[in-house]
Amino acid sequence: MTLEPHILTAFDKDLEAVQAQVMRMGGLVEKALLEAVEALEMRDEALAEKVRVGDAAIDALEELIQTECARILALRSPTATDLRTVLTVMRLAAALERSGDYAKNLAKRALVLMHMAPVNGAPGAIRRMARAVVALLSDALDAYIARDAAKAAEVRLRDAEVDQMYGALFRQFLTYMLEDPRTITPCMHLHFIAKNIERVGDHATAIAEQVIYLVEGAVPGAARPKVDSVTEG
Amino acid sequence: MNDMRVLERTVVSEAAKIKAEGVSVHYGSTQALKEVSVDILDRMVTAFIGPSGCGKSTFLRCLNRMNDTVASARVTGRITLDGEDIYAREVDPVQLRARVGMVFQKPNPFPKPIYDNVAYGPRIHGLVRGKAEMDALVEASLRRAALWDEVKDRLTSPGTGLSGGQQQRLCIARAIATSPEVLLMDEPCSALDPIATAQVEELIDELRSEFAVVIVTHSMQQAARVSQKTAFFHLGNLVEYGETGQIFTNPGDPRTESYISGRIG
Repeated sequence: MTLEPHILTAFDKDLEAVQAQVMRMGGLVEKALLEAVEALEMRDEALAEKVRVGDAAIDALEELIQTECARILALRSPTATDLRTVLTVMRLAAALERSGDYAKNLAKRALVLMHMAPVNGAPGAIRRMARAVVALLSDALDAYIARDAAKAAEVRLRDAEVDQMYGALFRQFLTYMLEDPRTITPCMHLHFIAKNIERVGDHATAIAEQVIYLVEGAVPGAARPKVDSVTEG
Repeated sequence: MNDMRVLERTVVSEAAKIKAEGVSVHYGSTQALKEVSVDILDRMVTAFIGPSGCGKSTFLRCLNRMNDTVASARVTGRITLDGEDIYAREVDPVQLRARVGMVFQKPNPFPKPIYDNVAYGPRIHGLVRGKAEMDALVEASLRRAALWDEVKDRLTSPGTGLSGGQQQRLCIARAIATSPEVLLMDEPCSALDPIATAQVEELIDELRSEFAVVIVTHSMQQAARVSQKTAFFHLGNLVEYGETGQIFTNPGDPRTESYISGRIG
């Protein structure tokens, strides 16, 4: 639904500004994730360090967005779509901030893994999973900007693929560790990395659900298909 | 969506107190209200919102036949109070207005002592016998209007000497002294400061336990704060009527959305 502008133009400017900040935050998080897995694969210490330090900017942006949203709530008393927009922006910012933390954690683990023997094929598999998750996140944010509930619903369902990738990696790392206990330390790190990327997928799903709330006024009710390959092992 | 606030007060009802069916109002040749049908629920606060000239006050005035006093006004359709047609020939408008009380935008106490302002309605309707009974009713009405403590020592001073907020609460006390079943309020807080507004709003919420309250307001926030049901009027039409929480978070009609979110609509 495209809405006409507010009579009070400053209100539109406030809403646009805070939404632009969320998009900037989304861009930073996507970049951090991709650079963190690249640093892992290429054993690039400088790049990993950059991601680790860069998380502060994401955190600062989140704080800025939350403060700005509180100001809009206090001063503009938004209603209807405006209210749902502000609530959605707040939740998006929180989800992106957590995702940024996972990217930072990934970079930290990459810094540790650089000094260990490589685990066969793991960085490539992690990279594929990270790319899938970044695509998910980026599509969820696109759905937000376009107010596209259908696209958001599709993102929500696609998270199952990420869960599947995580399940496959989990079993793979388990096998390595059983075969050769010397791989336990790097495999534990790699497992946490995979788990964290999977968590980012969950945040992308949460963003997609927020988009559906924003557009339709209600959160999607039906449970999405869950792939729990870990406990079903 | 459920309004959680409804649970705070013990009295909740889904019974329609007033039923309007296809109500239209013409002032001369202009149609101010177009085929409005709505159920006003008992023991609920219903807010009428909408831009100036949308028909909300006109409709409110139909509910106690205030439009009878406007020579050019013609009301068609059917309005029932507890199933009885209020426009039926045998209904006395004065009696009706004792059952359906009204509070106006500007506090309008009579230029008489505070006591007489409240006692006036019960006296002309012959609701009480004797001074003691009247004293008790005046006190009870002023207490219910949250004004007693402020005026109990000066009941003989003129009502017009009170502050704006106190005057409005005096008018509410006057309106509830006849034990109405419905209280109509036409922008009761527009001339009041935020504190007096809050006192009147708290009062409205308390009055809801005893009767149906209908309030016309230009303040979106006030409608959201005090009402359980909201009706949005636009160009003489009732556009949307629903649970207040739903109207303000997820309105069904784009015109409602435009209006409550301050857009050009």
